[in-house]
Amino acid sequence: MAQIICDNLTLGYENTRLLTGLSFQVNAGDYLCIVGENGSGKSTLVRTLLGLQPPAGGTIRFSDGLSAREIGYLPQQTEVQRDFPASVREIVLSGCQSRMGLRPFYQKEERALAESNMEKLGIQTLAERCYRELSGGQQQRVLLARALCATRKLLLLDEPVSGLDPFATNEMYHLIAGLNDEGISIIMVSHDIDAALRYASHILHIGGSTFFGTAADYAASPIGRRYLELGGSRG
Amino acid sequence: MNTIILYLQYPFVRYALIVGTLIALCSSLLGVTLVLKRLSFIGDGLSHVAFGGIAIASVLNLTDQMLLVLPVTVLSAILLLRGGRNRRIKGDAAIAMLSVGALAIGYLLMNLFSTSTNLSGDVCSTLFGSTSILTLTKTEVWLCVVLSVVVLAVFVLFYNKLFAVTFDESFAQATGLPTARYNLLIAVVIAVIIVLAMNLVGSLLISALVIFPALSAMRVFKSFRSVTVCAGILSLVCALAGMLISILAGTPVGSTIVAADILAFAVFSLLGHRKA
Repeated sequence: MAQIICDNLTLGYENTRLLTGLSFQVNAGDYLCIVGENGSGKSTLVRTLLGLQPPAGGTIRFSDGLSAREIGYLPQQTEVQRDFPASVREIVLSGCQSRMGLRPFYQKEERALAESNMEKLGIQTLAERCYRELSGGQQQRVLLARALCATRKLLLLDEPVSGLDPFATNEMYHLIAGLNDEGISIIMVSHDIDAALRYASHILHIGGSTFFGTAADYAASPIGRRYLELGGSRG
Repeated sequence: MNTIILYLQYPFVRYALIVGTLIALCSSLLGVTLVLKRLSFIGDGLSHVAFGGIAIASVLNLTDQMLLVLPVTVLSAILLLRGGRNRRIKGDAAIAMLSVGALAIGYLLMNLFSTSTNLSGDVCSTLFGSTSILTLTKTEVWLCVVLSVVVLAVFVLFYNKLFAVTFDESFAQATGLPTARYNLLIAVVIAVIIVLAMNLVGSLLISALVIFPALSAMRVFKSFRSVTVCAGILSLVCALAGMLISILAGTPVGSTIVAADILAFAVFSLLGHRKA
């Protein structure tokens, strides 16, 4: 079943169109990697999928019981977060906001959800630690646990391994693959084309020419081969 | 000690203490959010707008200046905070523009149309708060108390949402939190706090009341909740100490409170340093 169907999507702002005629879909359990050069519109696509910015044309449909609010989002880290005084538990709990409505305080149910997601990602021992004192890999796990509190179906990860060392990168990929095995669909923006081909079931290449299909087809396609030879765009 | 007890028998001193501590508590709570959102200067900008408002109110000979100053300041706050992260730099310039503009126009108006014989004294007390806290009427005290309680209630009820919006606005928005509305709420609350706090420390020193307790608490504490609670308590203690010292030593109330806040910041910085 398709969870997200994008049909003839145009991305961009009022007068600048980054991308036109983009069509792809994400089915339950898919692992989709979005690759492409810097400035090709990956971040704009992410913001559009999240509903933070309207599409400049075309449609995005959510189905199979998924609503736009149920996407678990792992954003890139911001400047503010680097010296933010907050405990791991506080941050993970804040992922439950989407199900709270106007209710002001967390209840048992939310606390249990936060605990179980911390456990799932192996950070329950860090629950009282301060976010800014954690390593990059640990911080990403915290944000991933928060994203899991907001969804049961689909995670959207914006360059989840940027700035991580090779060890933490590997761990992060394993965690994400594990979540995918549990049935959570993954959409990941990535520069790491090798990992994308190893883990993803589908690839969406944007910028220049557009490709959407399975990872195997991508590796055999002209656009994929050219990109692979370059080793993906670095940075 | 005896002097303090003697002074406490005067109702205006008691009013001043009640209002002062309430205002200090309120202003410190949102300080954490403003510091973290890189909006420390908004207090300064808004207080200058409030100064301009007071100038206009006194030129118009309004008996209750709050009626004019409060809406004007709230409106400016909404205009300044609207737009969020996409207009950060523009927002900075807007604050600077509005703040010095309001200051200049306010002073100009007071000079041109003032009926008072002691103009520089009036201006000075509006800017530094000197004695106004001791001359509050009963109505003003009640207004302060009610507004403070409302601010506190709003803060407690929206605490978790404010945390989510402060920590990660994009994520909060993506999961369906109406972040624009919460930014608006922050703007309105901060404007109310600033108008209240003008009575206590005057318009030039308000930023200190907003940011110092938050910054001090952030030196030592590690979670949002402990930072917030500590900032509140610290601000309360400093305000109380500052007011009592100023009564005993005859120093200006506003600057004494801010001096206490600075001292606390120094102590907390040292504590944080030793802990690290």
